[in-house]
Amino acid sequence: MSEKKNWPLWEIFIRSKNGLNHKHVGSLHAADAEMAIENARDVYTRRMEGVSIWVVESEHITASSPNQSESLFDPANDKVYRHPTFYNLPDEVKHM
Amino acid sequence: MKAPTDYAHLEDQFQARIDAEEKIEPKDWMPDKYRKTLIRQISQHAHSEIVGMLPEGNWITRAPSLRRKVALLAKVQDEAGHGLYLYGAAETLGAERDDLLDELHRGEAKYSSIFNYPTLSWADIGAIGWLVDGAAIMNQVPLCRCSYGPYARAMVRVCKEESFHQRQGYEIMLTLARGTEAQKKMAQDALNRWWWPSLMMFGPNDAESKHTAQSMAWKIKRFTNDELRQRFVDITAPQAEFLGLTIPDEHLKYNEETGHYGFGPIDWDEFWQVVSGEGPCNRQRLKARRRAHEEGQWVRDAALAHAEKRRQRQAAKNDQKVA
Ligand SMILES: [Fe+2]
Ligand SMILES: [Fe+2]
Repeated sequence: MSEKKNWPLWEIFIRSKNGLNHKHVGSLHAADAEMAIENARDVYTRRMEGVSIWVVESEHITASSPNQSESLFDPANDKVYRHPTFYNLPDEVKHM
Repeated sequence: MKAPTDYAHLEDQFQARIDAEEKIEPKDWMPDKYRKTLIRQISQHAHSEIVGMLPEGNWITRAPSLRRKVALLAKVQDEAGHGLYLYGAAETLGAERDDLLDELHRGEAKYSSIFNYPTLSWADIGAIGWLVDGAAIMNQVPLCRCSYGPYARAMVRVCKEESFHQRQGYEIMLTLARGTEAQKKMAQDALNRWWWPSLMMFGPNDAESKHTAQSMAWKIKRFTNDELRQRFVDITAPQAEFLGLTIPDEHLKYNEETGHYGFGPIDWDEFWQVVSGEGPCNRQRLKARRRAHEEGQWVRDAALAHAEKRRQRQAAKNDQKVA
Protein backbone atom coordinates (compact mmCIF):
# COMPACT_ATOMS: atom_id res chain seq x y z
CA MET A 1 0.00 0.00 0.00
CA SER A 2 1.08 3.57 -0.66
CA GLU A 3 2.27 5.93 2.05
CA LYS A 4 -0.78 8.14 1.66
CA LYS A 5 -3.52 7.03 3.98
CA ASN A 6 -6.30 9.19 2.60
CA TRP A 7 -7.97 9.54 -0.76
CA PRO A 8 -6.53 12.55 -2.58
CA LEU A 9 -8.54 15.66 -3.40
CA TRP A 10 -9.83 16.22 -6.96
CA GLU A 11 -11.19 19.34 -8.61
CA ILE A 12 -14.34 18.78 -10.61
CA PHE A 13 -15.30 20.53 -13.86
CA ILE A 14 -18.68 20.01 -15.48
CA ARG A 15 -20.03 20.86 -18.92
CA SER A 16 -23.68 21.60 -18.24
CA LYS A 17 -24.65 21.11 -21.90
CA ASN A 18 -22.96 20.79 -25.24
CA GLY A 19 -21.87 24.15 -26.54
CA LEU A 20 -20.78 25.42 -23.12
CA ASN A 21 -17.39 25.29 -21.42
CA HIS A 22 -16.57 22.96 -18.58
CA LYS A 23 -16.89 24.95 -15.39
CA HIS A 24 -15.35 24.35 -11.98
CA VAL A 25 -18.07 23.19 -9.55
CA GLY A 26 -16.13 22.08 -6.47
CA SER A 27 -13.95 19.29 -5.19
CA LEU A 28 -14.16 15.81 -3.71
CA HIS A 29 -12.01 12.94 -2.50
CA ALA A 30 -11.48 9.76 -4.50
CA ALA A 31 -8.90 6.98 -4.71
CA ASP A 32 -8.34 7.42 -8.46
CA ALA A 33 -9.60 9.30 -11.51
CA GLU A 34 -12.26 6.76 -12.37
CA MET A 35 -13.72 6.92 -8.88
CA ALA A 36 -13.49 10.71 -8.95
CA ILE A 37 -15.71 10.72 -12.04
CA GLU A 38 -18.20 8.33 -10.45
CA ASN A 39 -18.31 10.36 -7.25
CA ALA A 40 -18.63 13.60 -9.20
CA ARG A 41 -21.61 12.10 -11.01
CA ASP A 42 -23.30 11.41 -7.66
CA VAL A 43 -22.29 14.61 -5.92
CA TYR A 44 -22.60 17.21 -8.67
CA THR A 45 -25.03 15.88 -11.29
CA ARG A 46 -27.97 14.37 -9.39
CA ARG A 47 -30.36 16.58 -11.34
CA MET A 48 -28.99 16.44 -14.88
CA GLU A 49 -26.58 19.32 -14.26
CA GLY A 50 -24.04 17.90 -16.68
CA VAL A 51 -23.26 16.05 -19.89
CA SER A 52 -19.49 15.77 -19.38
CA ILE A 53 -17.14 15.67 -16.39
CA TRP A 54 -13.44 16.51 -16.07
CA VAL A 55 -11.51 15.59 -12.94
CA VAL A 56 -8.02 16.85 -12.05
CA GLU A 57 -6.09 15.99 -8.94
CA SER A 58 -5.95 19.24 -6.97
CA GLU A 59 -2.19 19.05 -6.46
CA HIS A 60 -1.69 19.21 -10.23
CA ILE A 61 -3.32 22.62 -10.50
CA THR A 62 -1.01 25.62 -10.55
CA ALA A 63 -2.78 28.82 -9.66
CA SER A 64 -1.72 32.43 -10.01
CA SER A 65 -1.24 34.16 -6.71
CA PRO A 66 -3.52 37.00 -5.60
CA ASN A 67 -0.38 38.87 -4.43
CA GLN A 68 0.85 39.02 -7.99
CA SER A 69 -2.46 39.93 -9.52
CA GLU A 70 -1.33 43.53 -10.03
CA SER A 71 1.79 42.70 -11.98
CA LEU A 72 -0.08 39.96 -13.79
CA PHE A 73 -3.16 41.87 -14.90
CA ASP A 74 -2.10 45.51 -14.88
CA PRO A 75 -0.38 45.38 -18.29
CA ALA A 76 -3.85 44.97 -19.85
CA ASN A 77 -5.27 47.85 -17.87
CA ASP A 78 -4.06 50.78 -19.99
CA LYS A 79 -4.48 49.19 -23.40
CA VAL A 80 -7.74 50.79 -24.36
CA TYR A 81 -6.77 50.48 -28.01
CA ARG A 82 -7.60 46.78 -27.72
CA HIS A 83 -11.27 47.69 -27.55
CA PRO A 84 -13.44 48.64 -30.56
CA THR A 85 -14.71 51.81 -28.85
CA PHE A 86 -11.20 53.28 -29.04
CA TYR A 87 -11.62 53.94 -32.77
CA ASN A 88 -13.63 56.91 -33.99
CA LEU A 89 -15.62 56.39 -37.13
CA PRO A 90 -18.27 58.68 -38.59
CA ASP A 91 -21.89 57.60 -37.97
CA GLU A 92 -22.45 57.27 -41.73
CA VAL A 93 -20.33 54.15 -41.81
CA LYS A 94 -22.68 51.24 -41.21
CA HIS A 95 -22.22 47.66 -40.10
CA MET A 96 -18.96 48.15 -38.29
CA MET B 1 5.69 37.16 11.19
CA LYS B 2 4.25 40.47 10.07
CA ALA B 3 4.70 43.57 12.20
CA PRO B 4 1.51 44.55 14.05
CA THR B 5 0.99 47.71 12.00
CA ASP B 6 1.23 45.69 8.80
CA TYR B 7 -1.38 43.34 10.13
CA ALA B 8 -3.71 46.18 11.08
CA HIS B 9 -3.26 47.64 7.61
CA LEU B 10 -4.07 44.31 5.96
CA GLU B 11 -7.10 43.93 8.17
CA ASP B 12 -8.35 47.38 7.16
CA GLN B 13 -7.90 46.52 3.49
CA PHE B 14 -9.70 43.24 4.06
CA GLN B 15 -12.63 44.95 5.77
CA ALA B 16 -12.80 47.50 2.95
CA ARG B 17 -13.15 44.67 0.43
CA ILE B 18 -15.91 43.12 2.53
CA ASP B 19 -17.68 46.46 2.85
CA ALA B 20 -17.53 46.83 -0.94
CA GLU B 21 -19.30 43.43 -1.21
CA GLU B 22 -16.26 41.82 -2.82
CA LYS B 23 -16.03 38.06 -2.39
CA ILE B 24 -13.07 36.57 -0.58
CA GLU B 25 -11.48 33.60 -2.36
CA PRO B 26 -9.32 30.82 -0.87
CA LYS B 27 -5.89 32.26 -1.69
CA ASP B 28 -6.71 35.83 -0.68
CA TRP B 29 -5.28 37.27 2.50
CA MET B 30 -7.72 36.99 5.40
CA PRO B 31 -7.49 37.51 9.15
CA ASP B 32 -6.82 34.31 11.10
CA LYS B 33 -10.01 34.79 13.01
CA TYR B 34 -12.06 35.05 9.82
CA ARG B 35 -10.54 31.77 8.65
CA LYS B 36 -11.14 30.08 12.00
CA THR B 37 -14.70 31.36 12.27
CA LEU B 38 -15.48 30.05 8.80
CA ILE B 39 -13.88 26.67 9.38
CA ARG B 40 -15.89 26.33 12.57
CA GLN B 41 -19.16 27.39 10.99
CA ILE B 42 -18.77 25.48 7.71
CA SER B 43 -17.66 22.26 9.40
CA GLN B 44 -20.51 22.43 11.92
CA HIS B 45 -22.83 22.96 9.00
CA ALA B 46 -21.32 19.97 7.16
CA HIS B 47 -21.64 17.76 10.27
CA SER B 48 -25.29 18.81 10.58
CA GLU B 49 -26.02 17.66 7.03
CA ILE B 50 -24.36 14.29 7.62
CA VAL B 51 -25.79 13.62 11.08
CA GLY B 52 -29.13 14.88 9.75
CA MET B 53 -29.28 11.83 7.50
CA LEU B 54 -29.62 9.53 10.52
CA PRO B 55 -33.08 10.37 11.93
CA GLU B 56 -34.59 10.24 8.43
CA GLY B 57 -32.63 7.25 7.14
CA ASN B 58 -34.36 5.44 9.97
CA TRP B 59 -37.64 5.64 8.00
CA ILE B 60 -36.54 4.80 4.45
CA THR B 61 -37.40 1.11 4.73
CA ARG B 62 -40.71 1.91 6.42
CA ALA B 63 -41.99 4.64 4.10
CA PRO B 64 -45.69 3.97 3.42
CA SER B 65 -45.45 3.87 -0.40
CA LEU B 66 -42.91 3.59 -3.17
CA ARG B 67 -43.49 7.27 -4.02
CA ARG B 68 -42.64 8.30 -0.47
CA LYS B 69 -39.69 5.93 -0.37
CA VAL B 70 -37.96 7.25 -3.51
CA ALA B 71 -38.56 10.83 -2.35
CA LEU B 72 -37.08 10.21 1.09
CA LEU B 73 -34.17 8.29 -0.37
CA ALA B 74 -33.43 11.17 -2.75
CA LYS B 75 -33.70 13.69 0.08
CA VAL B 76 -31.33 11.80 2.34
CA GLN B 77 -28.90 11.42 -0.56
CA ASP B 78 -29.10 15.19 -1.12
CA GLU B 79 -28.15 15.76 2.53
CA ALA B 80 -25.04 13.62 1.98
CA GLY B 81 -24.26 15.82 -1.02
CA HIS B 82 -24.74 18.97 1.08
CA GLY B 83 -22.29 17.63 3.63
CA LEU B 84 -19.77 16.99 0.87
CA TYR B 85 -20.09 20.46 -0.70
CA LEU B 86 -19.53 21.93 2.73
CA TYR B 87 -16.57 19.79 3.74
CA GLY B 88 -15.11 20.77 0.37
CA ALA B 89 -15.62 24.46 1.17
CA ALA B 90 -13.97 24.01 4.59
CA GLU B 91 -10.99 22.34 2.90
CA THR B 92 -10.40 25.41 0.73
CA LEU B 93 -9.53 27.17 4.01
CA GLY B 94 -6.82 24.65 4.81
CA ALA B 95 -8.83 22.32 7.05
CA GLU B 96 -8.25 18.59 6.60
CA ARG B 97 -11.34 16.46 6.05
CA ASP B 98 -10.01 13.77 8.37
CA ASP B 99 -9.42 16.19 11.23
CA LEU B 100 -12.93 17.55 10.90
CA LEU B 101 -14.41 14.05 10.97
CA ASP B 102 -12.23 13.07 13.92
CA GLU B 103 -13.49 16.07 15.88
CA LEU B 104 -17.06 15.04 15.13
CA HIS B 105 -16.48 11.43 16.12
CA ARG B 106 -14.69 12.38 19.33
CA GLY B 107 -17.77 14.39 20.27
CA GLU B 108 -15.85 17.69 20.20
CA ALA B 109 -17.52 19.28 17.19
CA LYS B 110 -21.00 20.69 17.27
CA TYR B 111 -23.81 20.01 14.86
CA SER B 112 -27.39 21.24 14.79
CA SER B 113 -29.06 20.11 18.01
CA ILE B 114 -32.31 19.30 16.17
CA PHE B 115 -30.88 15.99 14.98
CA ASN B 116 -30.63 14.72 18.53
CA TYR B 117 -34.38 14.24 18.70
CA PRO B 118 -35.94 10.88 17.80
CA THR B 119 -38.20 10.19 14.79
CA LEU B 120 -41.02 8.26 16.44
CA SER B 121 -43.62 8.07 13.68
CA TRP B 122 -43.93 8.51 9.92
CA ALA B 123 -45.42 11.96 10.54
CA ASP B 124 -42.04 13.01 11.93
CA ILE B 125 -40.63 12.72 8.41
CA GLY B 126 -43.31 15.16 7.26
CA ALA B 127 -42.62 17.52 10.16
CA ILE B 128 -38.85 17.41 9.56
CA GLY B 129 -39.18 18.26 5.87
CA TRP B 130 -41.64 21.05 6.57
CA LEU B 131 -40.11 22.58 9.71
CA VAL B 132 -36.48 21.49 9.94
CA ASP B 133 -35.70 21.92 6.25
CA GLY B 134 -37.86 25.04 6.33
CA ALA B 135 -35.76 26.52 9.13
CA ALA B 136 -32.58 25.41 7.35
CA ILE B 137 -33.69 27.22 4.18
CA MET B 138 -34.37 30.36 6.20
CA ASN B 139 -30.81 30.18 7.53
CA GLN B 140 -29.19 29.20 4.25
CA VAL B 141 -30.70 31.62 1.75
CA PRO B 142 -28.81 34.62 3.20
CA LEU B 143 -25.64 32.49 3.29
CA CYS B 144 -25.73 32.43 -0.52
CA ARG B 145 -24.46 36.04 -0.22
CA CYS B 146 -21.82 35.19 2.39
CA SER B 147 -18.51 37.02 1.86
CA TYR B 148 -16.52 33.80 1.45
CA GLY B 149 -16.87 32.65 -2.17
CA PRO B 150 -16.69 28.85 -1.81
CA TYR B 151 -19.20 28.84 1.08
CA ALA B 152 -21.58 31.10 -0.83
CA ARG B 153 -21.35 28.91 -3.94
CA ALA B 154 -21.98 25.74 -1.94
CA MET B 155 -25.04 27.39 -0.43
CA VAL B 156 -26.44 28.26 -3.85
CA ARG B 157 -26.36 24.56 -4.76
CA VAL B 158 -27.81 23.55 -1.40
CA CYS B 159 -30.67 26.05 -1.56
CA LYS B 160 -31.66 24.89 -5.05
CA GLU B 161 -32.06 21.37 -3.66
CA GLU B 162 -33.73 22.22 -0.35
CA SER B 163 -37.05 23.42 -1.70
CA PHE B 164 -38.00 19.89 -2.78
CA HIS B 165 -37.18 18.71 0.76
CA GLN B 166 -39.58 21.13 2.33
CA ARG B 167 -42.33 20.53 -0.21
CA GLN B 168 -42.19 16.74 0.17
CA GLY B 169 -42.42 17.20 3.95
CA TYR B 170 -45.39 19.52 3.74
CA GLU B 171 -47.11 17.15 1.31
CA ILE B 172 -46.76 14.35 3.86
CA MET B 173 -48.26 16.58 6.55
CA LEU B 174 -51.09 17.62 4.23
CA THR B 175 -51.93 14.01 3.39
CA LEU B 176 -51.98 13.03 7.06
CA ALA B 177 -53.92 16.12 8.11
CA ARG B 178 -56.62 15.30 5.54
CA GLY B 179 -56.62 11.61 6.41
CA THR B 180 -58.28 9.63 9.19
CA GLU B 181 -58.59 10.88 12.77
CA ALA B 182 -55.62 8.71 13.73
CA GLN B 183 -53.49 10.16 10.93
CA LYS B 184 -54.41 13.70 11.86
CA LYS B 185 -53.50 12.96 15.47
CA MET B 186 -50.15 11.60 14.33
CA ALA B 187 -49.46 14.80 12.37
CA GLN B 188 -50.42 16.99 15.34
CA ASP B 189 -48.21 14.94 17.65
CA ALA B 190 -45.24 15.38 15.28
CA LEU B 191 -45.83 19.15 15.13
CA ASN B 192 -46.02 19.25 18.93
CA ARG B 193 -42.63 17.59 19.27
CA TRP B 194 -40.77 19.35 16.43
CA TRP B 195 -42.03 22.91 16.79
CA TRP B 196 -39.87 24.15 19.65
CA PRO B 197 -36.67 22.38 18.62
CA SER B 198 -37.15 23.94 15.16
CA LEU B 199 -37.29 27.43 16.68
CA MET B 200 -34.10 26.60 18.59
CA MET B 201 -32.34 25.85 15.28
CA PHE B 202 -31.81 29.60 14.82
CA GLY B 203 -29.54 29.61 17.85
CA PRO B 204 -29.53 31.66 21.05
CA ASN B 205 -31.24 35.06 21.33
CA ASP B 206 -29.22 37.92 19.86
CA ALA B 207 -28.26 39.19 23.31
CA GLU B 208 -26.68 35.79 24.11
CA SER B 209 -25.09 35.14 20.74
CA LYS B 210 -21.39 35.84 21.14
CA HIS B 211 -20.34 35.52 17.49
CA THR B 212 -23.12 37.49 15.81
CA ALA B 213 -21.64 41.02 15.77
CA GLN B 214 -18.30 39.99 14.24
CA SER B 215 -19.93 37.59 11.77
CA MET B 216 -22.26 40.35 10.60
CA ALA B 217 -19.35 42.78 10.17
CA TRP B 218 -17.57 40.16 8.07
CA LYS B 219 -20.78 39.52 6.13
CA ILE B 220 -20.67 35.85 6.92
CA LYS B 221 -24.04 36.41 8.53
CA ARG B 222 -26.60 38.80 7.06
CA PHE B 223 -29.38 38.58 9.64
CA THR B 224 -29.40 37.91 13.36
CA ASN B 225 -30.77 34.72 14.93
CA ASP B 226 -33.86 36.49 16.22
CA GLU B 227 -34.61 38.14 12.87
CA LEU B 228 -34.50 34.79 11.09
CA ARG B 229 -36.53 33.07 13.81
CA GLN B 230 -39.24 35.73 13.56
CA ARG B 231 -39.37 35.37 9.80
CA PHE B 232 -39.71 31.60 10.17
CA VAL B 233 -42.61 31.92 12.60
CA ASP B 234 -44.34 34.47 10.37
CA ILE B 235 -44.14 32.16 7.37
CA THR B 236 -44.89 28.90 9.17
CA ALA B 237 -47.86 29.87 11.33
CA PRO B 238 -50.25 30.29 8.35
CA GLN B 239 -48.94 27.01 6.89
CA ALA B 240 -49.92 25.21 10.12
CA GLU B 241 -53.31 26.87 9.98
CA PHE B 242 -53.79 25.63 6.41
CA LEU B 243 -53.10 22.10 7.64
CA GLY B 244 -55.69 22.55 10.36
CA LEU B 245 -53.05 21.79 12.99
CA THR B 246 -52.28 23.76 16.13
CA ILE B 247 -48.83 25.11 16.92
CA PRO B 248 -48.09 24.14 20.53
CA ASP B 249 -47.68 27.69 21.84
CA GLU B 250 -50.49 29.41 23.72
CA HIS B 251 -48.77 32.77 23.22
CA LEU B 252 -48.64 32.51 19.44
CA LYS B 253 -50.72 35.35 18.10
CA TYR B 254 -50.68 37.66 15.10
CA ASN B 255 -49.99 41.25 16.04
CA GLU B 256 -51.80 43.64 13.67
CA GLU B 257 -49.57 46.54 14.66
CA THR B 258 -46.19 44.94 14.05
CA GLY B 259 -47.34 42.66 11.25
CA HIS B 260 -45.59 39.77 13.00
CA TYR B 261 -46.58 36.79 15.09
CA GLY B 262 -45.73 37.05 18.77
CA PHE B 263 -44.63 33.78 20.35
CA GLY B 264 -43.91 32.36 23.78
CA PRO B 265 -40.54 31.97 25.51
CA ILE B 266 -38.14 29.28 24.31
CA ASP B 267 -36.86 26.73 26.81
CA TRP B 268 -33.17 27.57 26.54
CA ASP B 269 -32.27 25.13 29.31
CA GLU B 270 -33.40 22.33 27.04
CA PHE B 271 -31.41 23.83 24.15
CA TRP B 272 -28.16 24.02 26.12
CA GLN B 273 -28.72 20.56 27.53
CA VAL B 274 -29.01 19.08 24.02
CA VAL B 275 -26.06 21.12 22.75
CA SER B 276 -23.90 19.88 25.60
CA GLY B 277 -24.59 16.26 24.65
CA GLU B 278 -27.53 15.40 26.88
CA GLY B 279 -30.33 15.35 24.30
CA PRO B 280 -32.47 12.26 23.77
CA CYS B 281 -30.33 10.85 20.93
CA ASN B 282 -26.86 12.46 21.12
CA ARG B 283 -25.08 9.24 22.05
CA GLN B 284 -27.00 7.16 19.54
CA ARG B 285 -26.21 9.59 16.70
CA LEU B 286 -22.49 9.71 17.43
CA LYS B 287 -22.36 5.96 17.83
CA ALA B 288 -24.01 5.48 14.44
CA ARG B 289 -21.60 7.99 12.84
CA ARG B 290 -18.55 6.33 14.35
CA ARG B 291 -19.72 2.88 13.36
CA ALA B 292 -20.34 3.96 9.76
CA HIS B 293 -16.88 5.53 9.62
CA GLU B 294 -15.05 2.59 11.19
CA GLU B 295 -16.88 -0.02 9.15
CA GLY B 296 -16.06 1.93 5.98
CA GLN B 297 -12.33 1.97 6.72
CA TRP B 298 -11.60 -1.29 4.85
CA VAL B 299 -13.41 0.05 1.79
CA ARG B 300 -11.31 3.21 1.79
CA ASP B 301 -8.13 1.17 2.27
CA ALA B 302 -9.07 -1.32 -0.45
CA ALA B 303 -9.87 1.45 -2.94
CA LEU B 304 -6.47 3.04 -2.30
CA ALA B 305 -4.67 -0.29 -2.62
CA HIS B 306 -6.53 -0.99 -5.88
CA ALA B 307 -5.67 2.44 -7.27
CA GLU B 308 -2.03 1.94 -6.32
CA LYS B 309 -1.88 -1.48 -7.97
CA ARG B 310 -3.33 -0.10 -11.19
CA ARG B 311 -0.87 2.78 -11.12
CA GLN B 312 2.04 0.35 -10.82
CA ARG B 313 0.71 -1.86 -13.60
CA GLN B 314 0.35 1.15 -15.87
CA ALA B 315 3.88 2.31 -15.00
CA ALA B 316 5.29 -1.15 -15.82
CA LYS B 317 3.46 -1.11 -19.17
CA ASN B 318 4.89 2.32 -19.99
CA ASP B 319 8.39 1.13 -19.09
CA GLN B 320 8.02 -1.82 -21.47
CA LYS B 321 7.00 0.51 -24.29
CA VAL B 322 10.06 2.67 -23.73
CA ALA B 323 12.38 -0.33 -23.56
FE1 LIG C 1 -29.38 19.95 3.57
FE1 LIG D 1 -32.65 19.33 3.38
